[in-house]
Amino acid sequence: MSWTADEIAAIAAAEIPEGAFVNLGIGQPERIADFIPAGREVVLHSENGILGMGPRPPAAEEDMELINAGKKPVTLIPGGAFFHHADSFAMIRGGHIDICVLGAYEVAANGDIANWTTGKDGVPAVGGAMDLVAGARSVRVITTHTTRAGHPKLLQMLSLPATGRGVVDRIYTELGIFKPMGETYRLLRAAPGETLDAIAARTGAPLRQAD
Amino acid sequence: MIDKIFPDARAAIDGVRDGDTVLIGGFGEAGNPTELIHALIEQGARELTVVNNNSGNGEIGLALLLRERRVARLICSYPRGSHAHVFETLYRDGQIALELVPQGTLAERLRAGGAGIPAFYTPSGVGTALAEGKETRTFAGRDHILEHAICGDIALIKAEAADRWGNLVYRKAARNFGPVMAMAAKTTIAQVRKVVPLGELDPEAIVTPSIFVSRVVPIADPISERDHILALEQAR
Repeated sequence: MSWTADEIAAIAAAEIPEGAFVNLGIGQPERIADFIPAGREVVLHSENGILGMGPRPPAAEEDMELINAGKKPVTLIPGGAFFHHADSFAMIRGGHIDICVLGAYEVAANGDIANWTTGKDGVPAVGGAMDLVAGARSVRVITTHTTRAGHPKLLQMLSLPATGRGVVDRIYTELGIFKPMGETYRLLRAAPGETLDAIAARTGAPLRQAD
Repeated sequence: MIDKIFPDARAAIDGVRDGDTVLIGGFGEAGNPTELIHALIEQGARELTVVNNNSGNGEIGLALLLRERRVARLICSYPRGSHAHVFETLYRDGQIALELVPQGTLAERLRAGGAGIPAFYTPSGVGTALAEGKETRTFAGRDHILEHAICGDIALIKAEAADRWGNLVYRKAARNFGPVMAMAAKTTIAQVRKVVPLGELDPEAIVTPSIFVSRVVPIADPISERDHILALEQAR
């Protein structure tokens, strides 16, 4: 029985330590803001000029001038701050962000990530991803384990154009938590009911059990 | 007496020429100077190069400027979106040039443009297709690419309040690219929800000092992009 999107977000949120400055990418990573464990002070950074981003507001309190990287309404927690884009990316590019969590089309066992273009006729869109993978101290990925067509997204080598090289150190999918090890992945934790062999069959590079 | 307040957007937008580079603030819906863009459409300048983080939403503002075929080239970090159909159609049909730039590099190129720095090195984009053809240099054992400053002829931005000198404060995440674009353009035009008497803005809290602002237009109740998109969706 695999994890739901909310369960993955809660698991990724639980692995963020007290006091961390964390950037959340567009899509699935945005959900992490709703699952920071109660009582834990984590400072969420949004590339569009927010530190101290809080969870989604009730519909009646939505403010389209307080939105996240995915352009969805969010809130500001006490202690939060607003700043302009060059300062926001100085936080990212200057090495001040502890953790970023990104979505991905593909990741590779050597830590490469692809998440900006499908290389085909679609419109490419890089956003802050290349700055984040270059500047954040820890790069984590939340993604579905396979594409809609059922192909693995955790690969030996990328097939799509890279966003960054050798940067990913943790991957969360509905099947488990993984660490790229160079030529293989390590299974750090399996979702309930999943086995190493069952997950390996849906993974594009050798998968090993954590010690 | 210094007075940068213009009575309406159309008067403030005067002087934009064909082929100009226009910096347009905004991220998603927050900070989009929609009324200024509509005045630019009315003014008529063509063959523009536009710098914006996104590519317009729905069929107002930047999306309308694109649909009216005034833009030859877009410099942008994230042109994809659930309401970016105007750009996507032009792009697929080869009717518009796109320069895709990592968002931090875009912000820093604008900041550099405003600060008199012609170019800088950054590790963002190294090892990717966006680094192709760029000068590279190694600092402290790490590869960096050379990125060039962006300067605009005109910047169109949105702020919350201004005084007649053009000092600006912003609201929440609508600040985004406004301050760096204001620095990077020869002429910066700001639409603001309100104009306050000189001396009323807290000097400790002014975000964009007046030196970076040329003209100010009060637009008390700007168009809501969200309402526009809801109306578009209901019409379908």
